[in-house]
Amino acid sequence: MNKIMFFAHLRDRVGEESVTKDVSGKTISELKQMLEENYELKLDSVMAAVNEEFASDDEVIQDGDTIAFIPPVSGG
Amino acid sequence: MNFEISKDPIDIQSVIDKVVQREAGAITTFIGTVRELTHGKKTLYLIYEAYESMAVKKLEQIGTEIKERWNGAEVAITHRTGKLDITDVAVVIAVSTPHRADAYEANRYAIERIKEIVPIWKKEHWEDGEEWIGNQLETVAYPKGKPEAKDLNE
Repeated sequence: MNKIMFFAHLRDRVGEESVTKDVSGKTISELKQMLEENYELKLDSVMAAVNEEFASDDEVIQDGDTIAFIPPVSGG
Repeated sequence: MNFEISKDPIDIQSVIDKVVQREAGAITTFIGTVRELTHGKKTLYLIYEAYESMAVKKLEQIGTEIKERWNGAEVAITHRTGKLDITDVAVVIAVSTPHRADAYEANRYAIERIKEIVPIWKKEHWEDGEEWIGNQLETVAYPKGKPEAKDLNE
């Protein structure tokens, strides 16, 4: 299983901080596409992190990975 | 614990104390505060949210980058989350180095990197609405859809 986390406006849109789903074997870009369809999100300017490290769109998700979607940051 | 995300008001002195070292000839402290007017628009308050565990890791990464770049530097950063009012302190960065020029430069580097790679978001609350900053309407922080490779691994 995988934990998929949402932050900022994405969390508002999804209505949850995280969802648990088995998405292992998918690439980040395939997962993005799936979420865009399910939740009507726009993820083209959103980064993904796998296990707390930024990940590229072609990274393949493994079982147990935590995936977080990171909108452009605005700390400071 | 030189790199922290805190829900409580930041004790500035305690951040500075973490970088005190006998080798230092300078400590620079940056204090980021909540501003009332942005492009003429009046902010009532802000909410900061963080992906806390990753944010701490990325702050540590910034510390490592600074130590590699500026010899003898010590770094401490605390960023606050939750509801912040106008004039509240959002972030404190303390850097000590043997010579002052490095302390200024390294401190500036730290805040610029926070704005690139640390997963913290602010939601502006105005008189006429609210908005997460960093979405496509406000800023385009990732023009190519992600932080540049140099931003992530430098």
